[in-house]
Amino acid sequence: MRPMHYGARATAALDMAAAWLLALIWILPLAYAVWAAVHPGAYAAHFVPDAPLTVENFVRAWNAAPFPRYFLNTFVLVSMILAAQLALCTLAAYAFARFEFAGRDLAFILVLLQLMIMPDVLIVENYRTMTGLNLVDTIPAIGLPYMASAFGIFLLRQTFKTVPRELDEAARVEGAGPLQVLLKVYVPLAKPVYIAYGLVSVSYHWNNFLWPLIVTNSVGTRPLTVGLQIFASSDQGVDWSVVTAATLMTSAPLLVAFLLFQRQFVQSFMRAGIR
Amino acid sequence: MEGPDSIAAAAAPPAPPRRTAGARLAVHIYGWLLLLPAAVLLAAFTHYPAIETFIDSFYSTPKGRRAAAFVALDNYQSMLADPVFWRALANNAVYAASVIPLTIVLALVMALLINGKIAGRAFLRLSYFTPTVLPMIAVANIWLFFYSPGYGLLDQMLGLFGASTHNWLGSGDTALVCLIAVAVWKDAGFFMIFYLAALQQISPQLAEAAALEGAGRWYFFRRVTAPLLMPTTLFVLVNAVINSFRLIDHIVVMTQGGPNNATALLLFYIYEVGFKFWDTAYAATLTVVLLIVLAVLALGQFMILDRRIHYQ
Repeated sequence: MRPMHYGARATAALDMAAAWLLALIWILPLAYAVWAAVHPGAYAAHFVPDAPLTVENFVRAWNAAPFPRYFLNTFVLVSMILAAQLALCTLAAYAFARFEFAGRDLAFILVLLQLMIMPDVLIVENYRTMTGLNLVDTIPAIGLPYMASAFGIFLLRQTFKTVPRELDEAARVEGAGPLQVLLKVYVPLAKPVYIAYGLVSVSYHWNNFLWPLIVTNSVGTRPLTVGLQIFASSDQGVDWSVVTAATLMTSAPLLVAFLLFQRQFVQSFMRAGIR
Repeated sequence: MEGPDSIAAAAAPPAPPRRTAGARLAVHIYGWLLLLPAAVLLAAFTHYPAIETFIDSFYSTPKGRRAAAFVALDNYQSMLADPVFWRALANNAVYAASVIPLTIVLALVMALLINGKIAGRAFLRLSYFTPTVLPMIAVANIWLFFYSPGYGLLDQMLGLFGASTHNWLGSGDTALVCLIAVAVWKDAGFFMIFYLAALQQISPQLAEAAALEGAGRWYFFRRVTAPLLMPTTLFVLVNAVINSFRLIDHIVVMTQGGPNNATALLLFYIYEVGFKFWDTAYAATLTVVLLIVLAVLALGQFMILDRRIHYQ
């Protein structure tokens, strides 16, 4: 430990000031949104300590647009994508990790290509494909381009490769087929990685906006992000208090989940990022 | 070959050679069958559209009953003559060149600040990281309010110092800077956690030894911490680069590329051409440019990863 002489104490104080200043700037937009949302419109940009509290903005936002439906759509969307991703990526990762099939290395490179050329940039052609499949304005159309996730395949492959061969072989000696081995040996051992990937995937697709905006055009399919944008840019949208209330409402499930499971969230993002 | 073959041999020791050949074939079949569902979707929504983008860029946009006709390099010629394309490309360059270093430096500063013993560490980390879990579309709406001329928080705060109101997003000089601020704010906390993880791997004995030798803080950072963080920096860099070409949600919400294309980024221009002007052939041509940019970056990433191996 360094002795805390005068200079060190001054440095520590400076660090402290810098850290808190940054934190305040970083939390300010959210704090500001909360302020505007829980006070009447007149106080949206008028900061006095005795401003009355209200839930009126939330009620008005909730009633002004079909938010329950948007919530349902987003819920269906993220569950559908996650379920498909878990199934597809598990199978593919297992193939890459434990089967020396012909063309494996080339196939793996072709998969990794998606890490750079993401569906987010192929909007023009994917829209054409969805038109061809007659899927425009459906929830599967939003999810399909993301279901085979190169990132998920890569992450699970790395994990499966660390499973000791002995476990695999022991299960096979007991007469388990390849799929049973996968389900009984590999999947249980990769549980923390599944949780990490799941959290990252859900937050990504809960927040995704551009592709859903393009491929949906009705209330029955729009996810929350697109619904919020349409609401915010409509006539009701000029009322800032209501817009911030709607904004908080749409972010609330993820935000609350994050506040409750902060550690897991941070660790999951970290685990998913460091390969 | 290990795995299924050796197991088959173990389960039935006197296995005839024919079965072994069959088992070997089974490995290929199993491998491909397991890969098949993912491969079909990847081919349909990544490889096929990427190739189709190139092909479409040599055809005209089909209009009404008129089918797409082969036009060779016409689309590319009009692109080179299109001032908005050059503007979007230049904007994207400025945007990337500002967002990437700012985000990385701030992420590093945040991680260094809260790595030590500091009061309110949990709150500090929480406030840095929170923007990561919020939808960009939602925070963009909040920032829109923040920037609004006159009664927005920014103008109110500057008003305290006697500054006059300013139309931050409506003026070409400041609009792009405002969007850069939002992007930096959104991602810095995300990248911070990677630095934090890396910092926690660094042995505290290094710092103690350096303190005994009388090494200053900056010297220690430059000579010990920074080199040890290099792999993390490269990883963060790759992600920051991708994000600066991939994410345009805040532009759709806050400026629609305006005023006068001052905030049009490449992907936003593609979106505008493809889904507002419905000129799909030209949108494909622009996408080719974006794909080339991403391919060059991918190549860079490959070389970076190559170097990264030497670090570890």
